[in-house]
Amino acid sequence: MSPNVLTLLPEIILTLTGVIIMLAEPLLPATSSRKPLGWLAILGTLAAGLASWYQTGFGTMHSFFGTIQVDSFSIFFHLLIAAIVLVTLLSSLDYFEGHATHAGEYFALTLFGATGMMLMTCSVELLMVFIGLEISSISTYIMAGFRKGQASATEASIKYFLLGSFATAFFLYGIALAFGSTGSTRIDSISLGLTTTATPTLALLSLGLIIIGIGFKVSAAPFHVWTPDVYQGAPAPVVGLMSTAPKAAAFAVLLRILFSGYPSYEPRWAALIWVLAVLSMTVGNLGALMQRDVKRMLAYSSIAHAGYLLVAYTAFPADGIASACFYTAAYAAMNVGAFTAITQIAGYQERARTIDDYTALALKRPVLAAVLGFFLLSLIGIPFTGGFFGKFYVFSAALHAGRVWLAVIGLLNSGIACFYYLRLLAALYSRPVTENDRVDAHTTVTVPAAIALTLTAVATLLLGIAPNRILGIAQHSADVTVHPNPAQPGADATTTSASR
Amino acid sequence: MQLALFIIFGLLAVAGAINFLLQRHPINSALSLVVVMMSLAVLYWSLGAEFLAAAQVIVYSGAIMVLFVFVVMLLNAGEEERTHGSRAAYFAGVPGATAIFCLLSFVFLTNSKAFGSTDLTSHLTHTVNNIAEISQVLFKDLLLPFEVTSILILVAILGAVVLARKEQ
Repeated sequence: MSPNVLTLLPEIILTLTGVIIMLAEPLLPATSSRKPLGWLAILGTLAAGLASWYQTGFGTMHSFFGTIQVDSFSIFFHLLIAAIVLVTLLSSLDYFEGHATHAGEYFALTLFGATGMMLMTCSVELLMVFIGLEISSISTYIMAGFRKGQASATEASIKYFLLGSFATAFFLYGIALAFGSTGSTRIDSISLGLTTTATPTLALLSLGLIIIGIGFKVSAAPFHVWTPDVYQGAPAPVVGLMSTAPKAAAFAVLLRILFSGYPSYEPRWAALIWVLAVLSMTVGNLGALMQRDVKRMLAYSSIAHAGYLLVAYTAFPADGIASACFYTAAYAAMNVGAFTAITQIAGYQERARTIDDYTALALKRPVLAAVLGFFLLSLIGIPFTGGFFGKFYVFSAALHAGRVWLAVIGLLNSGIACFYYLRLLAALYSRPVTENDRVDAHTTVTVPAAIALTLTAVATLLLGIAPNRILGIAQHSADVTVHPNPAQPGADATTTSASR
Repeated sequence: MQLALFIIFGLLAVAGAINFLLQRHPINSALSLVVVMMSLAVLYWSLGAEFLAAAQVIVYSGAIMVLFVFVVMLLNAGEEERTHGSRAAYFAGVPGATAIFCLLSFVFLTNSKAFGSTDLTSHLTHTVNNIAEISQVLFKDLLLPFEVTSILILVAILGAVVLARKEQ
């Protein structure tokens, strides 16, 4: 297999599956079920995950004239994104049944979005990152507005689109200034240029603009304003996807840019990230305290979690990457799980919205309530869940790097976070004050959704009981990123000549 | 000569952009956008980027603006209604925008001497000619982004279909 094909195998599989689904959708009769297309998408995602796994045997690979670098870091995020997409597809398989006639396009968009996210994590050329970011963003803008005819869904889609394009402009301007100051948009050449010829102020400005652009995408405060409205209006399975997978990809990009592109500017960006982390944690947790709507509350909670994750970035170099990778995985497992549970509880119409609507859920649907409760405990960071070790590694990395105050603020914030998660948890298990008719006791969880819930719950539990394996992989990917094998012109020429 | 061209068309571009925001009728806004695009094309051309200038005229002023005007005509959009806007926009947005503008101008002005010292030689001096250089970048160094843009466009088309389709 030519190296160009081998390095992009997961993306190629996803794109082809997406195109097949897109072409098959109009051929199906309007009234027939779209489930076969969903199963096809699931198969494609599984195949893409296997392809990423297959890539592990080849070490670090470069292709497309040094645009793509497949290493254990990118494979880690490829597998994570494939897993998130798999769970989302499983949980939304029955979601659109009988409600939307265009579910096939939903599956195709999910796969295309995943392609964009994967391209972001494995490219070392900022223009390629930008294209990947746009692919993933545009597909999520559309998916946010998939429940047509509902004002909140349209609002979510338009808000996300406008603010997202604004953020992309910042990111692009940052790339342009990086090019202007170092003469290259390639991450390793930028790092080289910064130590030799670059104009410091201009490089700093480019760094700031890139951080702002990514900050929007990961909804870090003060760039978080879109998050609550979008998460409230978008369909629950889509929120599960877009609160984790694009964020994981954006965090991976930020890790690559900061740690291997701008390592010589570490003290300056670390200060900036410090401020972002503190603001995100505080704004997220205090905002979540005020919310009555469950999805809005989880939106603020995701802002806070972006803050915890940013704490890891201040622990330059090695501890930071490993703990950030682990936290991304743990956060993805519990957050996708929580939104899968909410999808099952609220249904397509999302009648159950506020915390009051979730009162006494345990009486009506005990298993679902238990599973949701477990994810909430993990989001708090209770031991024996993935959330605990995620926070543990992040804060210990910050302490090792000598950032005591940041760790203290983070721990205080974790304390505040207990209140609102426990409030929802208490509501699940409390007696109903009045008859609660918002939750239907008779609907059952379908088999694919049950598989999705089991997968996420088991992943959260495993990350909490035996975190060493994932941490080992994260550590390994950290080694690659901190001590990168720079794309030697000679080595790259051989791979490209072999491909011709 | 170049400075004169820069001043004339730079000012024209800024004036067009301001007019674009101030005009109430969508058609007038679209037409002032044409002015911006054309002035930018002249600026590119004066920098020696003839291909980029031509592409700018053909793609932006030609294709995209025609599309804009068509959409405005088809929708039969009338004059826009003015709302007061949100208060946050005035209290945070205006100072924020001013601050970013001042920061950027400050950086560019203080570093004006440093510009040109950056090692852009491979991009500027080795230029056999413009087209050869561009095709080198487009079809070799940045081949993958160029190709993957097709997926981006596909996603956008798919999105347009999804959003425009009537629910049955």
